[in-house]
Amino acid sequence: MYSEKLRRVGSFIILGLLLLALVFTSACSKNLSEPESGVKNGGNDELQGSITIAGSTSVQPFTEVLAEEFQSKNPGVKINVQGGGSSQGIETAISGAADIGASSRELKDEEKKAGLKETTIALDAIAIVVHPSNRLGELKMEDVRNIYLGNIANWKELGGADAPISIVCREEGSGTRGAFEEIVMNKQDIFAKSLIQNSTGAVRTTVAGDKNAIGFISLAAVNQDVKALKIDGVLPAVDNVKNGSYKISRPFIYLTRTASDNKIADSFIEFVLSDEGQNILGNEGAISIK
Amino acid sequence: MNGIIEGKITAVKQHNNREEKSQILQAKAGRWERILVILRKSKARFIPEILVERLLMLSAVVSIMALLLISVFIFSRGVPLIASVGLGDFLFSLEWKPIQGKFGIGAMFVGSLLLTSASLAWAVPLGLLTAIFMAEIAPPPVGRIMTRMVSLLAGIPSVVYGFFGLVIIVPLIRNYLGGTGMSVLAGAIILGIMILPTIINISRDAIQAVPLVYKESSLALGASHYQTIGRLILPAASSGIITAVVLAMGRAIGETMAVVMVTGNAAIIPDSLLAPLRTMTSNIVLEMGYAAGDHQAALFATGAILFIFILLLNLLLNFIRRAGKRYAGN
Repeated sequence: MYSEKLRRVGSFIILGLLLLALVFTSACSKNLSEPESGVKNGGNDELQGSITIAGSTSVQPFTEVLAEEFQSKNPGVKINVQGGGSSQGIETAISGAADIGASSRELKDEEKKAGLKETTIALDAIAIVVHPSNRLGELKMEDVRNIYLGNIANWKELGGADAPISIVCREEGSGTRGAFEEIVMNKQDIFAKSLIQNSTGAVRTTVAGDKNAIGFISLAAVNQDVKALKIDGVLPAVDNVKNGSYKISRPFIYLTRTASDNKIADSFIEFVLSDEGQNILGNEGAISIK
Repeated sequence: MNGIIEGKITAVKQHNNREEKSQILQAKAGRWERILVILRKSKARFIPEILVERLLMLSAVVSIMALLLISVFIFSRGVPLIASVGLGDFLFSLEWKPIQGKFGIGAMFVGSLLLTSASLAWAVPLGLLTAIFMAEIAPPPVGRIMTRMVSLLAGIPSVVYGFFGLVIIVPLIRNYLGGTGMSVLAGAIILGIMILPTIINISRDAIQAVPLVYKESSLALGASHYQTIGRLILPAASSGIITAVVLAMGRAIGETMAVVMVTGNAAIIPDSLLAPLRTMTSNIVLEMGYAAGDHQAALFATGAILFIFILLLNLLLNFIRRAGKRYAGN
C-alpha cells in the first residue's frame, strides 16, 4: 500500500517535470534556432529566405522597426534581429554568424582589415544637459571630462553658482554610457560617486529636478525640462551633427562581408538608405544621414 | 391553569412532531448510507475522488518544481562566475566595472546591510511602541481603526513609495541637509515606512497573545500598567517581536523599486548618510537591461548571494520560533 502511494507520487513528480521541461525546451528552442542564411530564389523576383542582424543594442530598436517594415513589404523574408553589443556585432559579421553586423562606434584599425563593407545608416548625438536655471550655456569638452572625473566639484569653478555639482550618469552596459566614455572620457573611469539612473528618461527627470545636476542623454530625448549645453561653442543640433562640428556623436553602422553576395541583406540596406527608411529612422529619434 | 395544560399539550405535540421528523431523516440517511455502501463496493466513488486528489498533488508539485527550477537556474548561471572570480573577491572586492571584467559586489553587499540596518534603526522602535499602544493602551475602537490604517499602509505598491520619496523626501533632504538628496537617508526613511506594517502587525499579535492571566496577576500584585508592560508583557512576547524584526529585515533586503528610485545607486560604500549607495537588488534591476555574457552572469551571481542571504534569514527565523516555543514551554 505504502509503496503504491510512493509510486503514484513518483509518477506525478515525473509528469510535472516533463511538463515543465516541455515548456522550457519550447521556450529555449526559439533562442537556439540557428540563423538560417542564404537566399532561396523561387525563380521570380520576389525575395525568399531569412537573414540575421546582430550587434549594438543602441541600433537594435531602430533595426527592429526597419525590419518590421521591410518584412511587411517582402512577405517571403524573415529578419532575425539580435543584440549583443557593437563588438559582438563586428565579430559576427566577420565570422559570418550574422549576415549584417550592427555597430554604434567607428571600427578599430584591425577590424577594418577584416574585409567588411561599412554602411553608415544614421547618426546619434549625445547632449550634455543641465537644469534650465543653470547660468552656464556652454562648456568645453575638457570641462565635461573633468566634471565626470570628479576633478571639478563646484559650479563656481566654471563660472556658475557656488553649488556642488550633482553628476548623473547611466549604468554600466548602456550604449549611451559606452559612447560617452569613448568620446568624452577617453576611456577613463567615471567618478564613482556619481548618481546612476538606468534609462534616458530617468536621467532627464533627475536633471530636471535638481538645479545643480548635469547629465547626458540622447539628443532625441532633449525637451524643455532640461537645457542642452553648447560643447566647445557648438550647439547640439541636427545640422551640427551632420556637418561633424558637434563632436559628441556616433554613427550607426551596418557591416557586411565584401566577399559575400546576399541579396536580402543588400536590398534591406538599400531600403534603410532610401527616403522611406531614413524617414523611419528620423521618426524613431536618430539623425538621418540625408 | 388551562393555558398551562394547553401549553404542555402543544409542547408534547411538537415533541412528537420532532421525533417523526427525525425518524424520516434517519430513514433518508439510511437510504443514502446504503447507496454509499453500494458506491464504495463498486469503484465508481474513486473516480472523482482520485481526480481531485491528483489535481491537488499536481498543483503542489508544480509550485515546488517552480521553486526548484528557479534556484537551479540562478545558481547554474551565477555560480560559474563566482567560481572564476573567487567567492572572496566577488563578495568583498569594491571594484564593480563589469565592462572591464571587474566583478566585486562588496559595495553593494555593504550597501544592502547598511540600508537595512538604517531603516530598522528607526522603524523598529517606532513600530514596537505603536504596537504596544494599539494592543495595550488605545481604547478598542481606536485600536481597530489603527489596524485598518496599518493594513492600508501595507497595501501601497512599492513604486508609489519610491515616487513619494523621489518627489517629496529627496528634494527636502537636498534643500535642508545638502548633497544631492538621493542618499542613504532618503532610502532609510522610505524603507522604514515600508517595513512598519510588518513590525506593527506581528508584534501587536505577539503582545495580544500573552495570556490575560499574566497581566491580571501582575496588576493584582500591585504592579502598575507601565511596569506590567515593560517587565512582563514584552519579555513574554519577545520571540514574536524578534520574528517581526527578522521578517521586516527580509522585506527590507528584498525591496528594490523604491530603493532604486531614491538612493542614487552609486556603487560605492557611502561615507555619510547623505551619500548615495547601491544595494544588491538595485544592482540587478539597474543593469539587467543591457547586460550580456559575464556581466549578465555576475547579475545572476548577485541574485544567488541574495538568495542565500534570505535563506539564512529564514533559518534564523525558524531557530527563533523554536527557541520561543521552548521558552514558553518552560
